Amino acid sequence: MKRSVQLLLALFAALALAACSTTEPADDTTDTTVQQDDGSDAEAEALARQRAAEEAERQRIAALLENTTIYFDFDSDAIRSGDMELLEVHAKHIQATGKKVILEGHADERGTPEYNLALGERRAKSVAQLMRTYGVSGSQIEVISFGEESPANPGHTEQAWQENRRVEIKYQ
Amino acid sequence: MKHICKKLVVLWLGLMAYSANAEVQIYITEGRDDARPVAVVPFKFESASEVKVEPPHDFAKIIANDLERSGKFKPVETAELPQTPNQITDIDIDAWKELGVDGVVYGIVKETAPGKYMVSYDLIDPYNDKAVMESSIPSGSYPLVDQSFHLMVLKTKLVNSDNFRWAAHIAADEIYEALTGERGAFATQIAYVQVDRLATKPYNLNVADSDGFNQTNVFSSKKPIMSPTWSPDGNKLAYVSFENGRSEIFIQTIASGQRELIASYKGFNSAPAWSPDGTKMAMVLSKDGNPELYVMDLASKRLTRLTRHYAIDTEPSWNPDGKSLIFTSDRGGKPQIYSVSLAGGDAERVTFEGRYNAGAEFAPDGKTIVMVHQNNGNFHVAAQDIDTGNLTVLTKTSLDESLSVAPNSSMIIFSTVDGRQKVLSAVSMDGRFKARLPANVGEVKAPAWSPYIL
Repeated sequence: MKRSVQLLLALFAALALAACSTTEPADDTTDTTVQQDDGSDAEAEALARQRAAEEAERQRIAALLENTTIYFDFDSDAIRSGDMELLEVHAKHIQATGKKVILEGHADERGTPEYNLALGERRAKSVAQLMRTYGVSGSQIEVISFGEESPANPGHTEQAWQENRRVEIKYQ
Repeated sequence: MKHICKKLVVLWLGLMAYSANAEVQIYITEGRDDARPVAVVPFKFESASEVKVEPPHDFAKIIANDLERSGKFKPVETAELPQTPNQITDIDIDAWKELGVDGVVYGIVKETAPGKYMVSYDLIDPYNDKAVMESSIPSGSYPLVDQSFHLMVLKTKLVNSDNFRWAAHIAADEIYEALTGERGAFATQIAYVQVDRLATKPYNLNVADSDGFNQTNVFSSKKPIMSPTWSPDGNKLAYVSFENGRSEIFIQTIASGQRELIASYKGFNSAPAWSPDGTKMAMVLSKDGNPELYVMDLASKRLTRLTRHYAIDTEPSWNPDGKSLIFTSDRGGKPQIYSVSLAGGDAERVTFEGRYNAGAEFAPDGKTIVMVHQNNGNFHVAAQDIDTGNLTVLTKTSLDESLSVAPNSSMIIFSTVDGRQKVLSAVSMDGRFKARLPANVGEVKAPAWSPYIL
């Protein structure tokens, strides 16, 4: 629930910003045609395009930062290649803001609870290791494993197991 | 065939009635066809006063259910009994021989005062007319009639309303031992974690008698509880609690409720296992970078590190001789069981069959280790004979974990998934008898069978 509200707010903010960036250059163009030559008109257009690109990038990063969970294969702590960009974005954000995070490692219910507690820690440490290579200080990261004790989905299906084999990035 | 069906229905109804008041119910899902017939005659009740107040529980029924739950015995239906004796002089030996039962249990419950009872019960072997000579029954304590030579057990005990059920479990243990030569484990308890996600404190550490009755709460928490395990004297439980945000090991005295935090090192603190003499505790700590086995001296709290490997090392279980431990390690790539001496030295691999073996436990007799064994993607209970190394898969359920062996090494209790629910299950050491123990509320997991309780 909280998450969907956050998503809605982010979407609203993005739409508001998009509305501004389309109207502003339009005003500029009507102003400049009277007073300035063709060359500076093209320059302004390039500037607007750059601004739009920067805004798009900001939005892409904001959207990525909304996603704080990555998933793993059975009995594995290997980070999937598709999650590298997400973790890089989080790492740079943590580094830039000086925030602290808890990396919560989890496992699915298959296998034994005590082994899974160790596996959850190994997954969280695998994420911590990658974040350090992106420049995050070790003092900004705390690793906690919950093993199979705190499932995201309490079901007993392949789908539930995939949802439970995860590391959650929790900003403090 | 029709007769067998009728018997099954009666048995089913009997079990239903029997489980009505248990917090954790027990359903026998796979019986043994070689279970031996025994007769438990309903006990006679004698009231102290004019107003007849029934005893709190059916003593004979508890004995019969215990014997049945061992998987080794099949109590005969009351309707099939040739006679209903209450004392040795009532016994018609030939009638019981004709029925073909290995033993006959009968007795009397006498109310001596409100809530106080004198219970007398005997066991006879209809086929052995020298049984009394081979038993520990003192001569002169029984009437001099021919039937007395068949006596295997002859007891009289004073009980009250509070220990009535427990006294019946002790009686079942005595009868089981007389019939099998193996000590009974009915007068024991099970600790387990019950999870009710809708409750304000969803995680509960509970203790119940081995038949699921008399459940009491030991500890409740908003955060997960893991890995309960009994002290060898049966007075304390060690377990892992996340109450402070991460896993830590606590020891709790059951009677007083007094708790002690014994391991709260950096990283995780897990998998406590009491040494057989109760002075030490094996545990797994990740304080030095990754999970390693340590042994804590409980008096001094001093730690000795047993393993040094970058792999996961966890789930220690003591060899009953107290000199070595088995544990799970994925140092070979996949989790397998290894053994390490308390005196130090290299770990030796113990399991070789299958790609995933974990959570191994020594049976108290030291002859077998049981473990979670992955086979075709499913996680089953398996037993490995120490001497031969032969591994036998005991269950067909697919998500088995948290194995614990009864103190007489006859049965394994474990956690599994039944449909959509997490339940406790039990299987005999040879895999031929199975029972399911679903909870009335929520899910139950992490069972730990108590040692013998005296």
